[in-house]
Amino acid sequence: MAKITFITQTGTQITAEASSGNIMELAKENNVEGIDGDCGGVCSCATCHVHVAPEHFDKVGKASEIEEDMLELDDNANEYSRLGCQIEISEDLNGIVLQVAN
Amino acid sequence: MTCVIIGASHGGVNCAFNLRKEGWEGAIILYDADSHLPYHRPPLSKTFLTSDDAIEKHSLKAAESYDKAGIALRLGEKVATIDREAKTITTASGTSQPYDKLVLATGARPFVPPIAGLAQAANVHVLRTAEGVLGIREALKAKPRQAVIIGGGYIGLEIAASLRKLGLDVTVLEREARLLPRVTSPEMSTFFAELHAANGTTIACSKNVSKITTDAVHCADGSTYAADLIIVGVGIRVNTELATAAGLKTTNGIVVNEQTQTNDPDVYALGDCTLHHSKHYNRPVRLESVQNAVDQAKVTAASICGKEACYDSIPWFWSDQYDAKLQMVGLSEGYTQVILRDEPGEGLKKSAWYFKGDELLAVDAVNNAKAYVLGTKFIKDRISVNKENLANTELPLKPGNLV
Ligand SMILES: Cc1cc2nc3c(=O)[nH]c(=O)nc-3n(C[C@H](O)[C@H](O)[C@H](O)COP(=O)(O)OP(=O)(O)OC[C@H]3O[C@@H](n4cnc5c(N)ncnc54)[C@H](O)[C@@H]3O)c2cc1C
Ligand code: FES
Repeated sequence: MAKITFITQTGTQITAEASSGNIMELAKENNVEGIDGDCGGVCSCATCHVHVAPEHFDKVGKASEIEEDMLELDDNANEYSRLGCQIEISEDLNGIVLQVAN
Repeated sequence: MTCVIIGASHGGVNCAFNLRKEGWEGAIILYDADSHLPYHRPPLSKTFLTSDDAIEKHSLKAAESYDKAGIALRLGEKVATIDREAKTITTASGTSQPYDKLVLATGARPFVPPIAGLAQAANVHVLRTAEGVLGIREALKAKPRQAVIIGGGYIGLEIAASLRKLGLDVTVLEREARLLPRVTSPEMSTFFAELHAANGTTIACSKNVSKITTDAVHCADGSTYAADLIIVGVGIRVNTELATAAGLKTTNGIVVNEQTQTNDPDVYALGDCTLHHSKHYNRPVRLESVQNAVDQAKVTAASICGKEACYDSIPWFWSDQYDAKLQMVGLSEGYTQVILRDEPGEGLKKSAWYFKGDELLAVDAVNNAKAYVLGTKFIKDRISVNKENLANTELPLKPGNLV
């Protein structure tokens, strides 16, 4: 199990647990505001954008090329940006904090 | 105050949740004839078709989300009539429900052409709903070997790719002279034909299907294709009947203004079932895409809550077939020039840029999110593109190289 904390734009903190699936799916299951996931997780909509807490970024890893390009659609993108649907959940992610970008 | 929404798919569900976000405090009642928890439609022809997953894996929202947001979900209930004077709707089972605001998000249904033998054939399927795909998945258990797909549009091609992945022999029959005739350029049609051929799918164009028998599909030119599984994907019919019967204005879709309002100020419509005037392209358009349903839903919710909102999104769409990820932005109709780019040395990575004179109208990108993203920005801001540089693939795709 990995415990993952989301912080929404309005400051709400939601911690959720999962051992599989991706971050976008987990956020949707837990009603995390600001994660829409309109394309269903195929890296086509950029509505699952999160900023990984800098100290956890190494655990999550860098965006792929297509993901990085898609992130450019969002003015809020920074060096810690990832698309939630492209982050697979595993034990290694236990304890990470994600700031919802929108 | 009560807002009734008819249709709980991409459009209706997003509208319901957006209403809460915009501050609607009254009741929200969401009806759908489909009895499954509302789900994403795009995976139906892609990953949902090739997997054993339950449809709940593709839910638009978790079941608890509706309770939490105070949205009453009436699944398996078809709305039969709208009485605009009394401001009520009546379901097929006879229940009547008053509304203050009404939203039509009734989408579309597959068009089934009047082909001889089609209605009698047991192995013919259409694909628009989870139930439809579950039917195809059931049919696949009998290990059919030869699938014929009637219709070479995006959905037909995605089904072809999915069935190939499952190991069937697949033939796509298209009535027009090329694939995707109404939605893309001849250049991209050729690309898709080659992509499918390279993956072992037979593509046959200019094939007018005239008859279906137990084990074959027959064309007007005398050709015959053996088939133990037939899928019809020749387009849709918009669900406008409710609106028409209620006296709302419809022409190839329910006519809505920039606020997604119909000719009745208390009735809104959004998604696949609507015809709107595109501000950017300055013409009426009817779109079949998640983007359009989701973005119109935002405008509808804001408008109902008395906020200023105007639908002015640039359309975008995606399609996944084999290893090709297509992303399209804009509307290419009416283009006078297309510039094609194949990025050198990176495997399959291409883009088609459509211009009308100097104006960039649309971009189709294959495995090339950069082209898609740049295209989106350039179209939105009407930035003029340096076509010579664009055509020169020695220059990488970068904003600096293109303006
Ligand atoms: C197989 C497939 C693949 C697709 N792939 C893509 C893709 O890759 N990318 C993309 O952008 N788009 C894709 N689309 C298109 C996209 O799914 C649609 O544009 C989108 O679903 C439109 O949403 P909507 O809410 O307007 O209408 P719909 O999704 O059509 O939903 C309308 C709903 O209204 C209900 N309804 C209708 N009449 C009544 C009534 N009288 N009473 C009660 N309920 C009623 C229906 O049951 C239905 O659930 C695909 C569509 C299909 C079918
Ligand atoms: S859900 Fe669409 S990009 Fe992540």
